[in-house]
Amino acid sequence: MSGNSDPLTPRAKLAVTAGKAVAAASRAAGRGSGSVIGGKVALRLDPDLLARLAQSLDVVLVSATNGKTTTTRLIAEALRAAGPVVSNALGANMPAGITSALAGNSDARYGVIEVDEKYLAGVARDTDPKCIALLNLSRDQLDRAAETRMLAENWREGLAGSKAVVVANADDPLVVWAASSSPNVIWVAAGQMWKDDAWSCPSCGGVMQRPGDDWFCGECGFRRPTPSWSLSGDHVLDPHGSAWPIHLQLPGRANKANATSSAAVAAVFGVPPQVALERMYQVQAVAGRYDVVQFKDRDLRLLLAKNPAGWLETFSLIDPPPTPVILSVNARGADGTDTSWLWDVDYTRLTGHPICVIGDRKLDLAVRLEVANQHFQVCDDVDQAVQMCPPGRIEVIANYTAFQDLRRRVGN
Amino acid sequence: MSDNSLRIVWIYPDLLSTYGDQGNALVVERRARQRGLDVARVDVRSDQPIPTSGDIYLIGGGEDRPQRLAAERLRRDGGLHRAVENGAIVFSVCAGYQILGHEFINDLGQREPGLGLLDVVSVRGEGARCVGDVLGDIDPRLGLPPLTGFENHQGVTHLGPTARPLAQVRLGKGNGTGDGTEGAYNDTVFGTYMHGPVLARNPLIADLLLKLALDVNALPPTDDRWYEALRNERIASAQQPA
Repeated sequence: MSGNSDPLTPRAKLAVTAGKAVAAASRAAGRGSGSVIGGKVALRLDPDLLARLAQSLDVVLVSATNGKTTTTRLIAEALRAAGPVVSNALGANMPAGITSALAGNSDARYGVIEVDEKYLAGVARDTDPKCIALLNLSRDQLDRAAETRMLAENWREGLAGSKAVVVANADDPLVVWAASSSPNVIWVAAGQMWKDDAWSCPSCGGVMQRPGDDWFCGECGFRRPTPSWSLSGDHVLDPHGSAWPIHLQLPGRANKANATSSAAVAAVFGVPPQVALERMYQVQAVAGRYDVVQFKDRDLRLLLAKNPAGWLETFSLIDPPPTPVILSVNARGADGTDTSWLWDVDYTRLTGHPICVIGDRKLDLAVRLEVANQHFQVCDDVDQAVQMCPPGRIEVIANYTAFQDLRRRVGN
Repeated sequence: MSDNSLRIVWIYPDLLSTYGDQGNALVVERRARQRGLDVARVDVRSDQPIPTSGDIYLIGGGEDRPQRLAAERLRRDGGLHRAVENGAIVFSVCAGYQILGHEFINDLGQREPGLGLLDVVSVRGEGARCVGDVLGDIDPRLGLPPLTGFENHQGVTHLGPTARPLAQVRLGKGNGTGDGTEGAYNDTVFGTYMHGPVLARNPLIADLLLKLALDVNALPPTDDRWYEALRNERIASAQQPA
């Protein structure tokens, strides 16, 4: 047993107990895991509870627009090689959910915590992390979220005084801008397919030049830092130049990038890349994402994509034509109520795939696909869409609440 | 313009393409091709000169700092003025709409000169940000069906005597002046706060731009059933009590 040499104060203990009781009551009432409401109650009883719980842990924070839940999972698996881990594995990534997750395991040595982008600076202040992993920043839910560059600015200010080792993606100019206020950064060349939020220099506003994989501002000299870790095809290159094969059950380039960042984080805690990457293989599906489920004699692969950058990465991992694709889009509160982002997604990449569209906003998708000159069917629901497709693999791509609807229906 | 060709210029996608603004270019392009036109689309980055020989210029929405940078670079370039003098059609959205006016408030809280191509002045609204679905009636002179769109802005735009409101809102804020006006236009220059993107929600506005650019009164029909279905759904949804 390691960790809690500093026992919690009586007030903190009371807060933890009360939070767990409320969470249990919420679960019993059938209202989800109860972690968020439990955390809220606990934080009200002891506003410093998150800081107290984090005190006894070596904390890693993970934030990004895309891939934070998966990367949190990969890092947690890797660090289990070194000791017990507590993590908000289900993606409750604001202070209440994080508090609840940390209260759940008092024996852990490591806390691997996914943090919503807007809360990173505050959670970093509270938890005094040893390491912070920053993967990418791009447009997401613009009707209610802060502007993308403002988020980068917020990270930059929040990290300026941090003692943490920051593991940051050298291929995303906004992430580099955010991380470079930090004295101790490990740069990872993790790639970033989506480039349309970083044509303007975050430092001076100049136009960014992007020859090949490089980038730099033509006006102020802000440029891509030299990475010490890289994703190279199916391998992670470590700072010594050794190449370690990536074997994942999770598909796609983006997950190889997540594994590369995770290996760099694991190394900060003394877990060698080979050990870290072997452990990452165990991660199969993350909160239902990438899961393949049987439904009406077809194999549905469930893919979550919430914003243009996510859709772009997702299109790159699906099976080639003629594999059918079902697209589902909602625009409820958690999705963002503005669907105009659909027009930032390049649907011509689906040429050759039979396409069915479902979800609350299937007509937005229909117009989008019509303008992209794609053939498609508009269906009432997933049942009807699946029946349009021959037996075999179907790629199902959905945004946030559409994905939840889908999981409920196909039962994974 | 030669007989069968159409040149669409999309201004500064590196700065002003935050709310799916590419959609407006894609819709105009698609509907022009469906009419058998030979379309060239030119995307002009903000370190490149604005071509002066385009037929339709599109300029989109963006965040506050990119908006200021775009205004600075467009003023310095001067190409859009020459294009308008040459008879080009300009369609602008949100931040782009404000830039086409006489002035707006920039990210530093200062009055920033615009291009003066539309007789409007924009200020920052005092109230809550305008976010949500919009339904309006387009100026009857233009002979178009109701306007549907999504707005997301803090700006308030006042129209001068030579600008006409593009629409009167039934639901939503539009120009934010409290008189129900939405957008502005003169003979060849249009501005709106509507996203959606607005031309995907209102394909007949895209056709109006094509007709003005081609100087024709009518265009061959297109199969608009999915646009119609989307319009009906959004208009019905906007009318439902929240």
